[in-house]
Amino acid sequence: MREDDRTKTLGARTGPRDLLEVQDLTARYGRVLAVRGVSLKVAEGEIVALLGANGAGKTTTLACIAGLHQSRTGQIRFDGQDVSRLSPERVLRRGISLTPEGRRLFSTLTVQENLLLGGAARGRRSRNDYDALLALFPILRERLHLPAALLSGGEQQQLAIARSLMSKPRLLLLDEPTLGLAPRLVRLVLDLIGRLREERGLSVLFVDQNVHQALELCDRAYIMRTGKIEAAGSPDELRRSREVQAAYMGVV
Amino acid sequence: MTQLIQELVNGVSLGSTYALLALGLAMVFSILGLINFAHGELVTIGGYTMWTLFNHGFPWPAVLVLTLAGTTLAAVAMERIAFRPLRGASIVTLLITSFAVSFFIQVALQIFVSAEPQGIGVPNWTDTVWHMGDVSLPAVKVVTFAVTIAAVVLLAVFLRRTLLGVAMRAAAEDFDAVRLMGVRANVVVVAAFAISGLLAGVAAVLFFTSAPGVDSGVGTPLVINAFIGVILGGLGNLYGAVLGGFVLGLATSLLDANLHGTYTQFSQAFALAIVVGILLLRPQGLVGRSEGLT
Repeated sequence: MREDDRTKTLGARTGPRDLLEVQDLTARYGRVLAVRGVSLKVAEGEIVALLGANGAGKTTTLACIAGLHQSRTGQIRFDGQDVSRLSPERVLRRGISLTPEGRRLFSTLTVQENLLLGGAARGRRSRNDYDALLALFPILRERLHLPAALLSGGEQQQLAIARSLMSKPRLLLLDEPTLGLAPRLVRLVLDLIGRLREERGLSVLFVDQNVHQALELCDRAYIMRTGKIEAAGSPDELRRSREVQAAYMGVV
Repeated sequence: MTQLIQELVNGVSLGSTYALLALGLAMVFSILGLINFAHGELVTIGGYTMWTLFNHGFPWPAVLVLTLAGTTLAAVAMERIAFRPLRGASIVTLLITSFAVSFFIQVALQIFVSAEPQGIGVPNWTDTVWHMGDVSLPAVKVVTFAVTIAAVVLLAVFLRRTLLGVAMRAAAEDFDAVRLMGVRANVVVVAAFAISGLLAGVAAVLFFTSAPGVDSGVGTPLVINAFIGVILGGLGNLYGAVLGGFVLGLATSLLDANLHGTYTQFSQAFALAIVVGILLLRPQGLVGRSEGLT
């Protein structure tokens, strides 16, 4: 990526404050380096996409930020504070919620129990938001007492996002939120992410393999390849970039 | 007929001890993937606590409360000292560690408490026998069964109705995902050990009220039988563990009463043969393995 591109993009936003700053993040699985020196930022109220092929290190990057992947070096700052060494439960309590790869719902628990656990860190205060949240996900209200395993794929994805929101995060990390969903449901989930930013001022960092779809939603995107950030910029910039076109978008 | 009812009562009572221990084993296994063979020593510790307290003239209610508190604390201490430093270690490492903890406690009890079996001075009223027609029901056995069922029901309510209980069921499915919800890992793990310790305490109080005495090795056969109960019910399934404990207790008791002459000494072997037979037909256990804590 070109440095001036990024400066321009960030500068164009009105008073952007960096909520998340990842600096020189490296993560390994045993002897394999999955993430090699990744640096990225998410500003307050910004929707940022992390794109790239399978195995590029996107999921690991999110897992590192959420505290789930312990074998990491580099700095992760959230709201000005170092969160690099925190456990997943502490990271969540600081205001970062990960909707993990494969959703990882508690399949034998009911929809309601999944949601209550989502708000576990906030105790009784989360009960107050429960109704407001269900208004965003009307389908879940009809399924409250069903085990999560019995929901359809789209419903499960909505539950996974709703569960994350129960902790009232300031930054939502979404790993492949549209994977395996029918086109209509993809639309629904993408609209939802947009609405969450508009209505709640939520910042979002999401991982996607579908570059076209992600670029329509995000303010900025990073493209990862073999553990490194290969390109970054606004959707327009990335669409224009020849290498991105060639590598990820086929013949446009 | 009277004979049979008598044997069933004995079996259910024996099965209750196994069930309470199996429940604790299954609880810890579901959440940590740890088969805690030192679980039997919790019963032993409970026995020695009762022995000490009765010797010092503590009243019965105080002995009950202090014994339950003692085994619960011992279980939590076990986690803190022996297992927490190994969090995330392989199942084999954890298993061997649990054997080490078991030996350590047994030897420590032999050296510092008593190398001889000790009779526990339980009050005489615990010998009460109730009569229903021709069937004589030792009160201890009836109470043992009732308390076990009550413990299972209370645990089920706890797991359904409290946030910690729901978090424990979730942790049995996916421990890391529960941490992503902001639930502290240690809270869930300590709760699992505390509950297993409390259940072992209940088992100890009931067991030593009718057992002849306590010695440092008393927990070993109990934990092995409880473990068989766990496997029989389906590893990781709480209700399966309870059922498995009862089935094993009943089988052992019926064989004990009905084998004659030299066969008597093989009742345990025959009971295990029955278990093997059941597992051949249902490798997943009576109730089946469970992903979650059900």
